[in-house]
Amino acid sequence: MSPGPHSGLSPSDGRSLRTRPLNPSSRKPEGLSGIQSPVSKHFAESVGEWVPALRPGRRRLCCFGFSPLAQGEGKQHRTAFASFQFAAGIILSLTALAVPSDAKPLPSGTTFLSDNLKAQQADEAANPGMLWVSEGAQLWEQPAGGANKSCASCHGKAEASMKGVATRYPAVNDETGKLLNLEGRINLCRTENQKAEPYAYESDELLSLTAFVARQSLGMPMNVNVTGKAAPFYEAGKAFFHQRQGQLNLSCAQCHVDNAGRRLRGDTISHALPNGYPAYRLEWQSLGSLHRRLRSCSFGVRAIQFDYGSQEYLNLELYLAKRAEGVAIETPAIRK
Amino acid sequence: MALAPARVSMPKEAKKGEIIDIKALIRHPMETGYRVDSVGQPIPRYIIQRFTVTYSGVEVFRMDMTQGVAANPFIAFSTVATGTGELVFKWEDNRGEVVTVTKKLTVTG
Amino acid sequence: MTKSERFFEAMPTRRDILIGAGAAAGLVFAPHGVLATTEMRDEVLRKLTNGAPVKDERVTLTIPGIAENGLSVYTTVAVESPMTEADHVRAIYILSEKNPIAHLMTFHLGPRAGRAKVSTNIRLAASQQVTALVEMSDGTFWRDRKDVVVTIAACIDGG
Repeated sequence: MSPGPHSGLSPSDGRSLRTRPLNPSSRKPEGLSGIQSPVSKHFAESVGEWVPALRPGRRRLCCFGFSPLAQGEGKQHRTAFASFQFAAGIILSLTALAVPSDAKPLPSGTTFLSDNLKAQQADEAANPGMLWVSEGAQLWEQPAGGANKSCASCHGKAEASMKGVATRYPAVNDETGKLLNLEGRINLCRTENQKAEPYAYESDELLSLTAFVARQSLGMPMNVNVTGKAAPFYEAGKAFFHQRQGQLNLSCAQCHVDNAGRRLRGDTISHALPNGYPAYRLEWQSLGSLHRRLRSCSFGVRAIQFDYGSQEYLNLELYLAKRAEGVAIETPAIRK
Repeated sequence: MALAPARVSMPKEAKKGEIIDIKALIRHPMETGYRVDSVGQPIPRYIIQRFTVTYSGVEVFRMDMTQGVAANPFIAFSTVATGTGELVFKWEDNRGEVVTVTKKLTVTG
Repeated sequence: MTKSERFFEAMPTRRDILIGAGAAAGLVFAPHGVLATTEMRDEVLRKLTNGAPVKDERVTLTIPGIAENGLSVYTTVAVESPMTEADHVRAIYILSEKNPIAHLMTFHLGPRAGRAKVSTNIRLAASQQVTALVEMSDGTFWRDRKDVVVTIAACIDGG
């Protein structure tokens, strides 16, 4: 999905690469510390999170029908829209408080697959990601490290002990205070309990074990904790998600909230949920982690690609996991 | 070679004369030989060339593959349950590596 | 025309040599980076059928009209055949008219298969017509052809 050499935009064609804001509420002055109207910011958050599924694939309160990347929108439109939004923001903020927190879960990325790919994903015998799950099942039984223990030595049968675990990650480790995703938790076990070297990110072993552990929660709804110690990480992830980034100056929200369900060239924009990861991506012809996918997203807007396991992506992962609350785990999903 | 490079899905039991469906999946990059690496060196072709299935020693299915087969090849086919025996699934690639999976089929009636 | 011009005129092109050598080796392929053509696909078909007529019946090739990613396109071929010792499908060939090679794979069946139906994922380098050519035990040939639109190519552009 990343814009390639044929994206149609080049500095030489006279048009600015900077897109018009998709939603004036997310428009910021230059720099990261731009001042934003508290009402419009709250509007963006309250509508964006509390009522995401009421208008799936639609821009919030869009009545003017202009395309998000249309050039030359009249200034009066933006002003009118902004004041409409101000009023609506007040009303919606109030009603948002009254909306019960069990809002309908967002649709999984699987919804946007063709029937063929949906069928392949559902069929354990055809889903290529299952090759890594099989590998993970083998690794689970293998003794490792100075302690010469396998995962099974402490955890027994994964079907029982790992059930539901993936629904709670990323989570804060009580001892270290660090935010850990499933990969990080597995590596913590490797180093602390097995006295072994941690697996490298994106290594076969780590992918296999992560997919195997996550698979034990197949069908269970995601349910991460974002309160208490997790709150600051969650807030940082949320800020990152709404922050414009890269040469294309787009935030995650602009595509995955404002335009989810709409088409971007040959693809339909999903809601950016991590419920199927590690996933088998056709483009990679391999299973890959969420952080690998996030790096592709960063590349897509020509932004800095953070490291695998970086704090930025961990925070974002927590935020995405919260967005996916109630959505069933599908690891290993098939994605394009 | 991965610890668990292949998955074969087929019933454990069948009635005599019944047609059983088999699905085979194997971990393999099926490197086309057309790609170049980050420093411009061509990545050599690395593909499975042949997949054979023998049933109690008799070949019942064969597939000749090229780089036109997708990575991590998936094949669905069928065979007639003629009698209790072992089915041996064998994949051979162009480096001479061989992966075999053996499954027992119990045929009743 | 000078002597050297005549010499170069008479020389077969690199492609001719490759096709000739390839045909002699039983393959028809395009040099690295070049895609096959419909002619090459027809050449492969001629070689496989040995010039026998091909009927567009009995075979059903199921493949999406739009392939989301050319790197993995789910393909099924089903043939109407009793699959008996006397009358069965001997082989199913998948042919491409735009991939770097024209002959993508062969399924060897026989009466032990019970049913002439196979599925796999194929790679497609560009929007093209895919052919499923079937050889019967009596030496007759049948086929089905489908057009597929490929949005993201396999084999070219480093994919």
